[in-house]
Amino acid sequence: MASSSNSPCAACKFLRRKCQPECVFAPYFPPDQPQKFANVHKVFGASNVTKLLNELQPHQREDAVNSLAYEADMRLRDPVYGCVGVISLLQHQLRQLQIDLSCAKSELSKYQNLGITGHGIIAAANAANHHHQQNLGINLIGGGVGSRDHPFHHQFFPSNQQQVIRSFDGGNAYDAGNLLAMNVSASIGQLSQFQQSKATGAADGMRTPVEPS
Amino acid sequence: MKSHRELCSGSSCAACKLLKRRCTPTCQFAPYFQSDESNKFAKVHKVFGASNVSKILNEVPQEQREDAVNSLVYEADVRLSDPVYGCIGVIASLQKKIVELQHDLILSRARLAYYVDQTVLFLDDGANMCPVIDMVEPFNGKDCFSFDQFTQYPFP
Repeated sequence: MASSSNSPCAACKFLRRKCQPECVFAPYFPPDQPQKFANVHKVFGASNVTKLLNELQPHQREDAVNSLAYEADMRLRDPVYGCVGVISLLQHQLRQLQIDLSCAKSELSKYQNLGITGHGIIAAANAANHHHQQNLGINLIGGGVGSRDHPFHHQFFPSNQQQVIRSFDGGNAYDAGNLLAMNVSASIGQLSQFQQSKATGAADGMRTPVEPS
Repeated sequence: MKSHRELCSGSSCAACKLLKRRCTPTCQFAPYFQSDESNKFAKVHKVFGASNVSKILNEVPQEQREDAVNSLVYEADVRLSDPVYGCIGVIASLQKKIVELQHDLILSRARLAYYVDQTVLFLDDGANMCPVIDMVEPFNGKDCFSFDQFTQYPFP
């Protein structure tokens, strides 16, 4: 966190005002990061940020500023969807994974229920033949068992084991937004420092909010 | 989304009501904030401010403005529910769940591959129909069709 003792913070520089010792922005907007405040100011406005920070405990303010900076950055990159585009994409990926996992567990239960007996093996193999169309979830994870050249393996695991599902609707104007969202999501990486139980409640309570037209 | 004419026939839009100004036929907010949606605009105004919303809408093509407003409303709603992390908290939570599910999927596929391998190894050996027992236990020469050994080896 920056000190306002010598040079004005990025916020006061931007707002062209004297940076007071008790400046609320100074600890979070150091003078060497002017773009951070510029983005936050453009999207949220200085007065709204001040009100928000004043409502929080001091130990929460740094995380709040950083999350506002991320959101502002995403909104400026994607003025239509902002970070909501990333959320929508992740929810879609999550639903797909749930489907894939459900399929895999369903196939697994057939083997487990039948047991590895003579009749069981043949029955399981027949079941596999009849259900070879099911995608057992290679899609988001490359690799797999390995490319054994056996019909059963082909039936369970597609030959293209590096297939990555792009769950975008073809021809949808959202495609560019999705690619952008993925790039942004990748750049954010694992936001482990922002993980918290409250967010779990928020995520569960809010399904896909914006369906791209 | 109502047309300007429908909205301006009687009442102001929610934005102009909150901002206490006259709602003109060219009001930018009117198509997206109906007069009975005061709470919707209040949230957006509290988080972003009316002027910032106006600037964002001006940068967006007309046909995408409704989506832009809806995403701003969602973002504002989440930020008011979680003032510290907002949508970033939602993203972090989703990423965590995705990693957990990917892990579960890898485990499930590995277990499935084990059973498939056992099936393949058994059916592959068409000559004498004896299972390939180096995967389970040494063949004792007693009974080619003793399948009991398989039931003794659940997936570890």
